[in-house]
Amino acid sequence: MTRVWGRVLRYVVLLAVLVITVGPFLWQLSTSLKGRTEDIYTFPPRLLPRHPTLGNYKGVADIVPVWSYALNSLTVAVANVVTNLVGASLAGYALARLRFRGRGAATLAFVLALLVPLESIVIAQLTLMRQLGLNNTLIAVVLPGCVGAMNVLLMRDAFGHLPYETEEAAVIDGAGVWQRFARISLPSVKGTLAVVAVFSFMGSWDDFLWPLIVLSDSSKFTLTVGLNYLHGTFSSNQRLVAAGTVIAVAPLVVMFACLQRYFFRGVAEGSVKG
Amino acid sequence: MRPSHQARTHRAASPWLFLLPGLAVIAVFDLYPFLTTVWHSFTDARTLLPGHWVGLRNFQDMLHDDQFWTALRNSTLYVALVVPCTVLLPLLLALLVQPRIRFVGFFRAAFYTPVLASVVVVALIWNWMLDDRGLVNGILHALGAGPVPFLGDGWLLLFSAMALTVWKGLGYYMVIYLAALANVPRELHEAASVDGAGAVRRFLSVTVPSVRSTMVLVGALSSVAAFKVFSEVFLMAGPTGGPAGADTTLVMLVERTGTGLSGRVGYASALSLVVFVITLALMLLVLRAGRGEDAP
Repeated sequence: MTRVWGRVLRYVVLLAVLVITVGPFLWQLSTSLKGRTEDIYTFPPRLLPRHPTLGNYKGVADIVPVWSYALNSLTVAVANVVTNLVGASLAGYALARLRFRGRGAATLAFVLALLVPLESIVIAQLTLMRQLGLNNTLIAVVLPGCVGAMNVLLMRDAFGHLPYETEEAAVIDGAGVWQRFARISLPSVKGTLAVVAVFSFMGSWDDFLWPLIVLSDSSKFTLTVGLNYLHGTFSSNQRLVAAGTVIAVAPLVVMFACLQRYFFRGVAEGSVKG
Repeated sequence: MRPSHQARTHRAASPWLFLLPGLAVIAVFDLYPFLTTVWHSFTDARTLLPGHWVGLRNFQDMLHDDQFWTALRNSTLYVALVVPCTVLLPLLLALLVQPRIRFVGFFRAAFYTPVLASVVVVALIWNWMLDDRGLVNGILHALGAGPVPFLGDGWLLLFSAMALTVWKGLGYYMVIYLAALANVPRELHEAASVDGAGAVRRFLSVTVPSVRSTMVLVGALSSVAAFKVFSEVFLMAGPTGGPAGADTTLVMLVERTGTGLSGRVGYASALSLVVFVITLALMLLVLRAGRGEDAP
């Protein structure tokens, strides 16, 4: 009997936490769907809009170019995924599987890079981008994080856990180092590649401080910077702000819903090893 | 060129070819900017002006800068209040979703939602909920409590931003704890419950000791993150840091001082260096405290 009550209690607490963690998002979605005539300040709050409308999504696009901001964010995020997958798997493979003088020093360089908080070098990065003539471009948004030190170390770990036998056979067959990397090792670390891809996409899509600092021309803004601007200028219209935030969070929720099983396994493995 | 020689050079060069993109990026965009930051912190550099060597003047200026002390206080408070919550609450949450009961996969994924969203998105949602006429004040009003100026008062703004940080991190640290709990042998719990230990006793004498190293890790990660706080406060209190700038954090001060056409790059670099030294010290301190308790 106590066991049943224990289980009931557990579900009650789970539902309470669900309301706290997901409730605010649903409330925002609801606000974004409420028409101009519907009072959004009523109490008790009405979660289901009486006359749901997509008008606010059109309205927010009339005020700020939210779709072109979304496209900027997508461009930056996809570029970040590609460069991180290529750069981190190449470097991780060399650190884990190749023997050469200076391997320890190279590993140390990545660890040191990890220890320097981005927040403490953003001003110097901005100065550097000015010197390179790249400030206020999407390239400047991508460059500093295009091969993350953490991703290199994650890939090194993944390659390090592969059994040596698979590659030995390939060496005997005369396969060169590039073939061993591309044909044999890379397909065996798909799980970690997926984790690197998801985190790179998320980190880039959600990033705020760096794009805020390096972008000054409003046509170049990413979605997060554009939303901050929207909030500053039109905070009085909560319906429009709500529509903007839903546009920013929806792609990630969809992506996560699709990859959820894969993702939790990968993250758990990563945190145990890492 | 003889074939054997060619083969050998190829083999010797290829590790560095593999490493080239990664090493180039961290050298140019992490390590070089760090060295620039150190150099600039001893100069009076400004945006577009290289500046001259001024020795320790930036650091001496800091001692007399009220904004610096306010920012240092706020960032330190952030660590002191956020970290205990971030170490404890996600652990309780992980225990809640650990058993393989029905729908648990759904709950785990749902609790992760705030981690997925950009801090900009969640800050805007919170701004709306904590508005004078928002949902939270509506509920408080129904309970008979007056409207609380969450977004109007300096201290309440800072506490609201802290609550946001804790809330957004719940799912992230929960996943780390879940991985650690998966390695705790079930027999320990069963033995303890046969001995008649209650839930609280079992938590303190079985769970906590077995995930202690993970608690230290979470403590270190969240201390560093909390000290570097920027976005939550910037978005909730505004770029100028709330009423009379009272909510400004150190990284906000760095951003405000060092950017723009009249940015004081030298002084901002000195502030950046303070951020770097304190985050590093915090991390070492937490890791060391964790190791110290391990000793018998």
